[in-house]
Amino acid sequence: MKSPTAQNATEAPSGARASSQGSSLQTIVPSLLVWALLLTAPYWLPMFGGYTALGSRVLIYGLAALGLNLLLGFTGGLSFGHAAYFGLGAYGTGLMLKFITHSTPLAMLVGVLVGGLGATLFGPVTVRRRGIYFAMITIAIGQMFYFIAVRWNSLTGGEDGLTGFGRTNIHFGSAVLNIHNPILFYYFTLFFFAIGCAVVWSVLRSPLGHTFIAIRENPKRLRFLGLPIGVYIWIAFAISGFVAALAGALYALLNNFTSPEDLNWILSGDFVIICVLGGMRTFWGPLLGAVIYVVVQDYLSSVTVNWMSFIGAIFVLAVLFFPWGLLGFFQRRIQK
Amino acid sequence: MELLLFNIFNGFIIGMFYALMALGLSLILGLNGIINFSHGGFLALGGYMAYSLTPAIGFWGALIVSPFLAGLLGLLTERILIRPLYGRDPLFSLLLTFGLAMIMQDLVRTAWGATGLPFHVPSALGHPLSQVYFFITGYRVFLVVLTFLATGALFALLQFTRVGVRIRAGNSDLETVSALGINIYRLRAINFAVGILLAGLAGVLAAGRLGLTPTMGTSLIMPSFVAIIVGGVGSLLGSMLGGIIIGIAAGIMTTYYPAASDVIIYIIMAVVLIVRPRGLMGQEGLLE
Repeated sequence: MKSPTAQNATEAPSGARASSQGSSLQTIVPSLLVWALLLTAPYWLPMFGGYTALGSRVLIYGLAALGLNLLLGFTGGLSFGHAAYFGLGAYGTGLMLKFITHSTPLAMLVGVLVGGLGATLFGPVTVRRRGIYFAMITIAIGQMFYFIAVRWNSLTGGEDGLTGFGRTNIHFGSAVLNIHNPILFYYFTLFFFAIGCAVVWSVLRSPLGHTFIAIRENPKRLRFLGLPIGVYIWIAFAISGFVAALAGALYALLNNFTSPEDLNWILSGDFVIICVLGGMRTFWGPLLGAVIYVVVQDYLSSVTVNWMSFIGAIFVLAVLFFPWGLLGFFQRRIQK
Repeated sequence: MELLLFNIFNGFIIGMFYALMALGLSLILGLNGIINFSHGGFLALGGYMAYSLTPAIGFWGALIVSPFLAGLLGLLTERILIRPLYGRDPLFSLLLTFGLAMIMQDLVRTAWGATGLPFHVPSALGHPLSQVYFFITGYRVFLVVLTFLATGALFALLQFTRVGVRIRAGNSDLETVSALGINIYRLRAINFAVGILLAGLAGVLAAGRLGLTPTMGTSLIMPSFVAIIVGGVGSLLGSMLGGIIIGIAAGIMTTYYPAASDVIIYIIMAVVLIVRPRGLMGQEGLLE
């Protein structure tokens, strides 16, 4: 009972080694495949009954989960409140577009800064605790932002959400990028998804990333080595907050609307299950999880009113039978 | 002045629900090592079962039977879903109970309908006790008294019975308790059921005060988390105190600045965490 988290972290160290391996064929081929699929998605999605906005939503959820996974899967910080930074990014972008500017990039920049700095600011409050306690504090902080959004009617539109803004076309000198076009907006999203991936990928391959993984595997040992692990978890928290905020900013642009639900702990839980479904010890796990989750939710909510039970059942079954996710499952198969 | 008193008293009542929830959550967190997200689901279930039982056995019968039914369901849940998770990363128990909470909310909505239902308390309890302070009704006083009675019973159980001593011992060192030949699986099952029983009781009481909606548990669970953090993880008395404090604080805020009445409890939490990271009465070194 005394130190449950430290020992349990060693349950599946296999993913750690795989992710820190050099650029062997095993990591390059799947990545190329992922990018090829993402780049051609608008062309093959309709063949499977999908639509482009669904693809954009998958990318956005995937990006948020990818950011969260840096903290959750690689540093071992159990954040159950990442919707807060996602939502702050969305509200920041929406409010900028509504009241201050018509420039989409500027609004996004402000949104990302609001969400990212929010995570940076509240990180230190959480990192003093670990495990379950860490989770509880992150949820509670997230709910604080939720209630601010619900109650500050005059600014945020309260429970009805923020409306009355829209994404605007982007001008490069004389050229215009028409992001009202769903397909072009998909590529716009993909561009920022790629930036987010690049950030997380390069962090994971840097000494900093190795420190994160080491903290996950054995925090006590690192503390004995003299590392200020609180500071490192804080850094992971901040980076993942920035990535989640970027996803939130894109989400506001996708819907031309932000709802308090974008800040709610339910969405935080969704992000966590997305990471777990895909495999949280793997780089592409969160994206795969997002594909499954978004598609299943989209389908279920159109065929049954009891979709919540089914989503809940996914949570329960994933935990009981697929705790290391789909990619984690395949990875273990291959290594055996 | 009267409005302030009214809101403080109201906040105190809500604080009772937070405290009952937080006590159960705290119990389960301590010995089972699990944050039970589905606690709110059991609370709602307790309330709704009381609603359906009332025509048959009356309010008083439902008040007793419904929490025990909830506890029984808790026992079943622990056996089937929670037990496989002991000793694993806390992430998994969080996710599982989170999913369970969604399922329970959906089931309640399917079984009893999405719109709120009124829950009538006996008219003997409905009257105001004082002409001036009209808000002090018999039911509200009854609610406070019953909460304190239940809490007192819980502390007596933990202090004076064999099971209670074992639960307390298990909180500080489960391995040693197990080595002494005590069936810790049974102990944790009992503990879980007692926690759920408290949630069921809170559900029946809340039904009479706030009415029944499928989301009633969800809206009460988050403040209960805050109550635990403010009171300090690992301290039952702290959880109780935390619940009352944030309830009253929200009540006071309603008087002066209603828009901030939800946010104030999180501000209190943030301040407590900065000034005293382990909460008001938390144990040193727990989960640090």
